[in-house]
Amino acid sequence: MKFRMPRSLSPERVPASPKPATEVSVRSRIHFALAALAALALSTLQPAGAADTPDPAADAKAFRDYFVNKFPNVKLEDFVNGPYALDGDMRRQWEEKEQFPPYEFSLEMGKEMFAKPFNNGKRYADCFENQGIGIKQTYPYFDEREGKVVTLELALNRCREKNGEAVLSYVGDEMAALTAYMAFTSRGRPFAIKVPDDPRALEAYQNGKRYFYTRRGQLNFSCATCHVQNPGERMRAEVLAPALGILNAMPIYRSEWGGMGTISRRFTTCNSQIRGVPLEPQAEEYRDLEYYLSYVSNGLPIAGPGARP
Amino acid sequence: MASSIRVRAIANVEATEVQTLIQHPMDSGFVRDAKGEFIPAHFIQQLTFEHGGRKVFVADWGTAVSKDPYVKFSFKGANKGDDLKVSWIDNKAETDTATVKIQ
Repeated sequence: MKFRMPRSLSPERVPASPKPATEVSVRSRIHFALAALAALALSTLQPAGAADTPDPAADAKAFRDYFVNKFPNVKLEDFVNGPYALDGDMRRQWEEKEQFPPYEFSLEMGKEMFAKPFNNGKRYADCFENQGIGIKQTYPYFDEREGKVVTLELALNRCREKNGEAVLSYVGDEMAALTAYMAFTSRGRPFAIKVPDDPRALEAYQNGKRYFYTRRGQLNFSCATCHVQNPGERMRAEVLAPALGILNAMPIYRSEWGGMGTISRRFTTCNSQIRGVPLEPQAEEYRDLEYYLSYVSNGLPIAGPGARP
Repeated sequence: MASSIRVRAIANVEATEVQTLIQHPMDSGFVRDAKGEFIPAHFIQQLTFEHGGRKVFVADWGTAVSKDPYVKFSFKGANKGDDLKVSWIDNKAETDTATVKIQ
């Protein structure tokens, strides 16, 4: 997060000296005061503000504390329910809907796809730890051999490629169904994303964070504009979801889409909605963004697949 | 292919509550595909729930009903363990049926 200089310290706010005769002494006093304040500010900002040594653990704590303070009545694990944690009316509708969730068809399709062997007889389960069951909370992870972030969607397509199958679209229904099933088997398990002690991992993390806070598009929004500054506020008829826990419920059935969407679909459509040009799904920035966003939600339970208006 | 119909019917003291989710494109005929061609209308015309040979709920639908429709209603006179039969037929004469036990 950026630290802005308090307004009282900005140069244009320094009062003009009342009389020319006293100019020197007033100026020097102001300068002294400014220097003292700046020193004070620097010393208090040191732990979090020292941007050259990223500290993911401190980031995650600050990130979580921000949302907890902003919404003192919301239980921590409830943040994974996005807008429903913040809006009572929407919550009641959703609870009704959850008795017969709209992602059921997709979930069933994902389960069938996951169990069906490839042409060479192998299965998705052979590509993953614990046969792919209950592992969603460990994705994305930083692959130290490759030096890059590997998301679940990417790992699924790599598994297909390795077994001679054509890759799936990252924004399509099949990928959504597969990740829905895998998320479902991990429901309730807390996100456990690790940033290993590797400068490349830290760089990926920082890159994701930078992407999250950088403004872009004709509307000049960053991800944080909606999901950190304005969660709980309305944007047209939608209630904006808090960034804390926002990936825990992925993939999601969106009534607006009339279907399921992957994390890739969510990221690309977010970018188009702010009138920006989306990156290619699973571009390195998106993977790093997913890494950052998942890391700062560590400890919150997986709730996917989710349903959103 | 898996059934297009999901039904849950629960017998309460007063009435039996039925919830159904049906997988169907419900194309209105007014939407174009990626090539700019109209997607032909394809929608459920009639949805029927039967209990012991008696029709307890009949819906005549048109194109205004959205994709993967959800229906919830309740009716009286059924007991736990009874069969409830659901069927739909669409404008292409495609059809699907499911029978569930009332819980």
